[in-house]
Amino acid sequence: MSELNSYRTGPDENGHFGIFGGRFVAETLMPLILDLEHNYKAAQQDPTFYAELDDLAKHYTGRPSPLYFAERLTEHCGGAKIYFKRDELNHTGSHKINNCLGQIQLARRMGKTRIIAETGAGQHGVATATVAARFGLPCVVYMGAKDIERQAPNVFRMKLLGAEVVPVTSGAGTLKDAMNEALRDWVTNVDETFYIIGTAAGPHPYPQLVRDFQSVIGRETKEQMQEREGRLPDTLVACIGGGSNAIGLFHPFLDDPTVNIIGVEAGGHGLETGEHSASLAGGAPGVLHGNRTYLLQDEDGQIEEGHSISAGLDYPGIGPEHAWLKETGRVQYVDATDSQALDAFQLCTKLEGIIPALEPSHALSHVLRIAPDLPSDHLLVMNMCGRGDKDVFSVAEHLGVKLV
Amino acid sequence: MTTRIDTRFADLKKEGRAAFIAFVTAGDPDFETSLEILKGLPDAGTDLIEIGMPFTDPMAEGPPIQASYLRALEAGQTMKKTLDLVRAFRKGNEATPIILMGYYNPVYHYGVEKFLSDAKTAGVDGFIIVDLPAEEDEEMCLPALEAGLNFIRLATPTTDEHRLPAVLKNTSGFVYYVSVKGITGAAAANTGDVSDAVARIKAQTTLPVAVGFGIKTPQNAAAIAAHADGAVVGSAIVDCIKDNLDETGAPTADLVPTVLEFVKSLADGVRSARQAPAAD
Repeated sequence: MSELNSYRTGPDENGHFGIFGGRFVAETLMPLILDLEHNYKAAQQDPTFYAELDDLAKHYTGRPSPLYFAERLTEHCGGAKIYFKRDELNHTGSHKINNCLGQIQLARRMGKTRIIAETGAGQHGVATATVAARFGLPCVVYMGAKDIERQAPNVFRMKLLGAEVVPVTSGAGTLKDAMNEALRDWVTNVDETFYIIGTAAGPHPYPQLVRDFQSVIGRETKEQMQEREGRLPDTLVACIGGGSNAIGLFHPFLDDPTVNIIGVEAGGHGLETGEHSASLAGGAPGVLHGNRTYLLQDEDGQIEEGHSISAGLDYPGIGPEHAWLKETGRVQYVDATDSQALDAFQLCTKLEGIIPALEPSHALSHVLRIAPDLPSDHLLVMNMCGRGDKDVFSVAEHLGVKLV
Repeated sequence: MTTRIDTRFADLKKEGRAAFIAFVTAGDPDFETSLEILKGLPDAGTDLIEIGMPFTDPMAEGPPIQASYLRALEAGQTMKKTLDLVRAFRKGNEATPIILMGYYNPVYHYGVEKFLSDAKTAGVDGFIIVDLPAEEDEEMCLPALEAGLNFIRLATPTTDEHRLPAVLKNTSGFVYYVSVKGITGAAAANTGDVSDAVARIKAQTTLPVAVGFGIKTPQNAAAIAAHADGAVVGSAIVDCIKDNLDETGAPTADLVPTVLEFVKSLADGVRSARQAPAAD
């Protein structure tokens, strides 16, 4: 582990976290991301920008989200004290809204009149369609044709919210292809369009600004834990697809050396089967979607499809800051399989009366793994980043239950 | 250094005409057919050849080139085989410049230094890497220049006066002007706009300026060639390849001659462009 003074100063002026990040985009987009960077810097100096955002967070999203002591799960594990940061209670049901509100406020500041987004499970699509409706901007969401099939309720939600959902059939028809298609739209409609990227990835400054907008999760956690327990938590756990909820929870704690930080990737059918979405554990550094990061790829540098029971983790890459945090050793990355996540999903539902999304069920599965061996005064926080309503149909299918 | 690209443009300048630049994907629809097409391109009037390096996620390509990349990958094309293709082409042709075009990840994964060295040995003259803007010059552009290979930069309608010097700074061989905001295979550009843009770029560089994106017919090619030093056609050619596959995706006997005939019509369009004295 390298000895750094701070883990919180990145990215550098070229958008690099160590060797990761950067601006690997077509020339057509280059002036746009430079303009975005310039406008974001200006917004950061503008108190009214944050005042408006705070107001929306409070009255529209419902922040702060509670820090909840999961008493029965704690009893069940018989070890660490387990807390949930309850971002699943946010408006639209996940942490995605934090980022969408921030980005649409930037879009409005920049005078953009059209919003585009990519989505996998549909959570980011719904959150984007929601903020676009709230501010009266037309919105186009690119979604893989396969995901549209898997996530029909979210597709209908987006349509109700007035968004146009465009099925993507190119490539494998999943999240990475939706992102390619959104980039193609952006290259074509450069003047009026703002691309709201859903995770802490993409060309600089996206990984930074998504992280910044999601860091409200970690800042609140720090305050709330101080209030409840009078100290910092000992362990943080969050699931990782692209990694936006995780970086949001982790970032405010990176320079607190006593806090043990763990990211949980989607292990799919198990790393050994090759069918997973664990880019850090099973991938190699590469360049895709505007940034250098760990990618699932073959020996010729062709991108491979991720697999996960959770469409929200089904991405062959990961945010560049996570790639860097892995290399520096500051954050530990592990994985949980589809079936482990399903077990955690059911246990949490029965013991806590909270139906978690399949994404945080991966994080929870790791919590169940480590909590029993930790002392009872060990404070563990897991980010409950989404609710499971969207997943009940696919869970039923996996459990062999026929609905209707 | 003088590369095949420099020599070819200098010769064409003497002839007083623009270059016709054809794009095909390496290994589309399969290695052998692709090689046969490549070998036929110079006689069909192609002055420079761009060879696409297939990639799963080509974010600036429209459906025709996306599909051609996937056809090639399905037929087993790899980076190594793409260099084999160039090597095989070079056995019969020492003069026609070859530019490899594509995306950075397969090159990065291969190893930049090794790739540059292997590409040079195989007979490659230059590169266009879509997702390496000037901001990332240290990745491959500067090493390529050092290795004596051209790195051709894209300029676009969004590249304004202020940004153009940065884009031109380490460009060599020629400048590739992307005539439309959008992806390959998009609608044709307005000739007047293209002519203005080419003049704008030429005011800042002595390099030749070739124009691509949206050129589909001999007429389009002629219109562009009247105002630029080169016209690039890609999507229309790979679509012609697709149209000559049978229902199993295998090439029909007509494929190679039909493609080369189409290429010839495009090249003739370019050659006809300045029969009338050039406007400037």
